[in-house]
Amino acid sequence: MIDVNRIRADFPGLAQTVHGKPLVFLDNAASAQKPRAVIDAVAHHYAHDYANVHRGVHQLAERATDAYEGAREKVRAFLGAASTREIVFVRGTTEAINLVAHSWGRHALRAGDEVLITEMEHHANIVPWQLMAEEIGFTLRVAPILDDGRLDMEAFAALLNERTRLVAVAHMSNVLGTVNPVQEIVDMAHAHGALCLVDGAQSVSHLPVNVQELGCDFYAFSGHKLFGPTGIGVLWAREALLEAMPPYQGGGEMIREVSFQRSTWADLPYKFEAGTPHIVGAIGLGAAIDYVTAIGLQAIAEYEHGLLEYATEALESVPGLTLVGRAPHKGAVLSFVMDCAHPHDIGTILDGEGVAVRAGHHCAMPLMERLGLPATTRASFAFYNTREEADALVAALYKVREIFA
Amino acid sequence: MDPRALYQEVIVEHGRRPRNFGPLPDANYRARGHNPLCGDRMTLYLKVDDQGIVEDARFEGEGCAISMASASLMTEAVKGKTVEEAELMFENFHDLVMDTHEAKRPIDLGKIKILAGVKDYPSRVKCATLAWHTLHNALEGKEEASTE
Repeated sequence: MIDVNRIRADFPGLAQTVHGKPLVFLDNAASAQKPRAVIDAVAHHYAHDYANVHRGVHQLAERATDAYEGAREKVRAFLGAASTREIVFVRGTTEAINLVAHSWGRHALRAGDEVLITEMEHHANIVPWQLMAEEIGFTLRVAPILDDGRLDMEAFAALLNERTRLVAVAHMSNVLGTVNPVQEIVDMAHAHGALCLVDGAQSVSHLPVNVQELGCDFYAFSGHKLFGPTGIGVLWAREALLEAMPPYQGGGEMIREVSFQRSTWADLPYKFEAGTPHIVGAIGLGAAIDYVTAIGLQAIAEYEHGLLEYATEALESVPGLTLVGRAPHKGAVLSFVMDCAHPHDIGTILDGEGVAVRAGHHCAMPLMERLGLPATTRASFAFYNTREEADALVAALYKVREIFA
Repeated sequence: MDPRALYQEVIVEHGRRPRNFGPLPDANYRARGHNPLCGDRMTLYLKVDDQGIVEDARFEGEGCAISMASASLMTEAVKGKTVEEAELMFENFHDLVMDTHEAKRPIDLGKIKILAGVKDYPSRVKCATLAWHTLHNALEGKEEASTE
């Protein structure tokens, strides 16, 4: 059970007013607020234990290394991964996917191969593949969605073939909220000899994830959407894949030996962590993982499902409002359009009422094209949001109608 | 923040029923404007006569109330003005909504001043200036304008 008042007290950013109104923060799909535990972990590390990792012979370097590697172990446990050798710290989901596209892509993909994505992908899971497709000459294929926002599994199955080398798919759509049947997708990909990359940017903060149960080959997520710092994220990949992949960036930390003739690479995961990493970001992410794990992702998922049902019904009661994305299995992301007002005008009016939402294409322009919409307004909930906040959103939408309808 | 300060009656009304909306087949100046950040798009058509006077101005496109109202009010305002006056209005409007007070050559913007409230909404200034950047580009002979 979620005690939402206790949880809200943990997030100093939530307890403020904007434009004289209590903040109703419903832009969690873009980035989430931080609990005191994360803020304190970051501040504490900088104040007491800070030094560069892995290199020093002194006390602080040891403490920093322990904390950094401790965070890696927390990520491993959080994802249910077999080994910390499979946990690569990166800047975020975007860098994780770029790493796979550049390193694995260059190593494994040839002209004539196919990479299959879906119509609901974020630009971060489209553009890296386009860049590599241009370089290598493989073909990027796109599985369509159904009108309710589900992936069209029949069309997806029909697009899989012996040339498909990789399926790259969002676990949960940042626009539609759709949770894709990743396990099924992975099985289908594997049956065709293809690997599967899962973009977990939206999912890790809302539902339990176990990469071994999902059976996927790559999993990427960002710390900042999981209540951790910005600039830190994770690529998980099977150890055998990481072993075979060439380095993504060269520099310090990622080498074993360097001479001007040739260099050899460090063991996993350091082969993929060139340069001084975002040490404190990783430590903050570890604190965020401790925080959500103590509450429990299952409890979070159940609480948010209640919020989704409540908010869906509340929004449907607003005249002239149409929800975009009605998949039966979805997270608490509510995209919508109104017949009387443009998403940007809605966003501005809501902001005046203290309600923070996102308006625009949400970095998913091809999806907007498919939906035939230039933009949507999106309210995205986290486990610190309440039904009262959904009510405040609805009240603010009536303000929009007052002005425009 | 009272949204009515931004969304005044005139703006809402022009946003809902923009004036001079539609193509202008005998236009001799035209440009497309695009704000990739929010997806607003418009095409502006101008008919300028031999004396350099804007005889007609029309636009097509889609966008928020601010960008549609701004385009609507702009096309009304520049009709009958010389090209030079229209460019001056562009400069003055830019200063008005950016709150920079740098207009070297002031010109009365008349009814358009109603959009001044947008200066308190930094994320929306580009919505208000899209039509004007498109006008400026049309007059300069550039066919694409972007306010990203």
